[in-house]
Amino acid sequence: MLDRRTLLAWGAAAGPLAALGPRMAFAQGSGEKRLLVLVMRGATDGLSLAAPVADPAFRRLRDAWLDSYADAPKLDGTFRLHPSLGEVARMYADGDAMVAHAVATDYRERSHFDAQNLLESGASRPFERRDGFLNRLVGLANDGDMAAVALAPAMPLALRGENPATTYAPSNLPHASEGLLARLPALYGDDPQLAAMWQQAQELEGLADSSDMGSLRKASDAGTLAARMLREKDGARIAMLDVPGWDTHANQARMLERGFGKLDALLGAFRKGIGPVWKDTLVLAVTEFGRTAAINGTGGTDHGTASAALLMGGSVKGRRVLADWPGLAPSQLYEGRDLFPTTSLEALIAGALSEHFALDAGRVMKELFPGRSARPLEGIAA
Amino acid sequence: MTPTAIALNRFGLGYRRGDALPRDARGWLLGQIENYDPAPPALGDAKYAAEDIRALIEQASDIQSDLRDAQEMGGDKADEIRAMRQDLAKEQRQGFVGDVALRARLALESDTPFMERMVHFWANHFAVSSDKDRMKALVGPHEFGAIRPHVTGNFSDMLRAAALHPAMLAYLDQFRSQGPNSDAERRRERRGGPSRGLNENLGREILELHTLGVGGGYTQEDVKELARALTGWTLQGLPYAKAAVPQPGGGAFFAFIHEPGERVILGQRYADTGAEQAFAILDDLAQHPSTARFIATKLARHFTGDTPPQTLVDRLAESFTESGGHLPTLYRTLVGSEEVWADEPLKFRTPWDWSLAMLRAGGEPRLADRKFAIMLRELGQEAWTPGSPAGWDDRDASWTGANALLRKVEAAERFAGAARLEDVRELAETMLPGSLSQTTRAIIAGAESNEMGFALLMASPEMLRR
Repeated sequence: MLDRRTLLAWGAAAGPLAALGPRMAFAQGSGEKRLLVLVMRGATDGLSLAAPVADPAFRRLRDAWLDSYADAPKLDGTFRLHPSLGEVARMYADGDAMVAHAVATDYRERSHFDAQNLLESGASRPFERRDGFLNRLVGLANDGDMAAVALAPAMPLALRGENPATTYAPSNLPHASEGLLARLPALYGDDPQLAAMWQQAQELEGLADSSDMGSLRKASDAGTLAARMLREKDGARIAMLDVPGWDTHANQARMLERGFGKLDALLGAFRKGIGPVWKDTLVLAVTEFGRTAAINGTGGTDHGTASAALLMGGSVKGRRVLADWPGLAPSQLYEGRDLFPTTSLEALIAGALSEHFALDAGRVMKELFPGRSARPLEGIAA
Repeated sequence: MTPTAIALNRFGLGYRRGDALPRDARGWLLGQIENYDPAPPALGDAKYAAEDIRALIEQASDIQSDLRDAQEMGGDKADEIRAMRQDLAKEQRQGFVGDVALRARLALESDTPFMERMVHFWANHFAVSSDKDRMKALVGPHEFGAIRPHVTGNFSDMLRAAALHPAMLAYLDQFRSQGPNSDAERRRERRGGPSRGLNENLGREILELHTLGVGGGYTQEDVKELARALTGWTLQGLPYAKAAVPQPGGGAFFAFIHEPGERVILGQRYADTGAEQAFAILDDLAQHPSTARFIATKLARHFTGDTPPQTLVDRLAESFTESGGHLPTLYRTLVGSEEVWADEPLKFRTPWDWSLAMLRAGGEPRLADRKFAIMLRELGQEAWTPGSPAGWDDRDASWTGANALLRKVEAAERFAGAARLEDVRELAETMLPGSLSQTTRAIIAGAESNEMGFALLMASPEMLRR
């Protein structure tokens, strides 16, 4: 009987497709370095992600939530990691994770919509550009030979643009029957474009091996899927994934326990799934802006400015918190309410990517985030 | 492709089961321009009038202010109001799914599918997107109230209606924009309080996306001047803008936040006439040669593919200019252009158009339901959710993703199980009259069931392209 896997093997070798020569799901996965970008949509509270528990102003501002950090993983003399981030803490202890704190993009207002647009497009004003910074990275690295996949049903802005990129999402539709699948190569027998698309679809499906998966909303499945896409020699080199649910205006403690728990499960599954390729991997987890320093009247925080970013992977010079710490005393807050931004998120991303992919940092900054005054950071990744 | 197949598929939404095939392909299309109904009976239940939108905004504002009050008082009241807010959000999500299903039903039931295509084209030209907070309840009303009524009217009227509709004013944060020299700002200087400032989003998008297009000859200063002219345009039902004067399209004009003074855009001077100032500018932008060229290019690309023939673009631009943006004239020029009747398929169907073609082939109105909206998300084109004011990209590269092809195959097989089909071989010949390849015909005939045959037909090269 034909099962899915033998069908894949059969589809790749037999019939008119063979005439097209050997094909892979992606044009060519050249280079060893892998990148996973997680966009935490909704504004993650950086002060919860890495809490400056030794800062007296923080203890005053966040008194109600301090208890949960009592046994949380220590990052250094000042910061502790959110207690739900156990996998990240292990990576940190292994030297494979770092936190960059008090980071923000150039955006200084408080709309998720505009801020995410600016972060993903890399433009210095919302809606100024129609293509994304990751798409432009595809054009820069490996002479444009960099397979990229968004794990989403539709292409997110960060990967939109003139360079090739594809999308993949596990299906919530019932799988097509084997009999139908078996007939498609013949249906596209006279149509090289559709035949190639069909073959790529089958190979993506083969890489993803998602028949045992739920939707991308299940964190560990999403992590496993990202690992499967990136780990193979002929797989992708860049993957992007949304991790939503950070707009914690109320009941933040409970929401973040769940949110960081999911992020941690995703990262744990990814770390496990990618195996030895971890050493060539950089994972960036970034958000559009931070949240207010003080707790609001509903046990939450409101839209703020600076937040924290997580950098992980064998490529990262880890086990440290990178921060030009601005302090949290009333006079030290941005507009009297937010963590003051002291490090440019764009400069952090450009620095990390240029080191990871061995590209010229100035060029990466100029192409990915044009019009910024900040210089790309150094010494982030090896 | 035969002319009949081209009329049905390239111009229309695909063959609808049970219909007679048009005998005169061009005449059939031209007749649709005359017979288009902006408000068919099915639209009767939808709430998209100005007062409906106002009620919606008032309801949301009331909950916000009740919540603030309750938070100051403390106690359990705030939780109660938050639950109400969640209920409202849920209601709006359900309303959105209902509006998507209604949009599909209108397309399914329409006897003027070419004009429905134009509804979708213009809605995408003046795109608003449901993924922004509180937009779910507004995207349907935008198309129903600002696009549909003007599809066979003048471009300038559609521009006024679509760009200044409450959905657009909310989507691009126009209602937050305030003139730096407005009365509101002067009062703030005296009494303190947060400054709101000028928001350029709508001004920029009108120039870049709705009228002249990128490279259409405007400067950043023109963007700013238009943004200044647009200050005062806001929503009905906002607590701080109670004195705003309701406008016919559902928006409102609040002189208190309007930037006073004359504006200069593209070298033209516009006196400060309040709400009318924006109208005067929009009317001139609608007539600009760059607008004619931009619209002509987009329309030509929509029907003939990524690189439309220059002759076609020129002809459409000329038609636009000569008719003063009279859209029926533009459509007639399109139908009369040989380039659009090319034999070979020119373009991929978007997931939206492909899904509608499947729905029409199945001929079952009940399939335009909640599942339909979910299927669109799986296929990568959730209705009214392009995620950007630029709308969905209309080039093949956006719709030739491998993953999407497999999802279509899955969706087709699932759909085939729900539609009550007769002989799919005959259906294939009718849907693509004289245009079915031997390969597709043979593969369909060799299917092991009628349902599988239908799925193969939906996945065939002839259905995926047009």
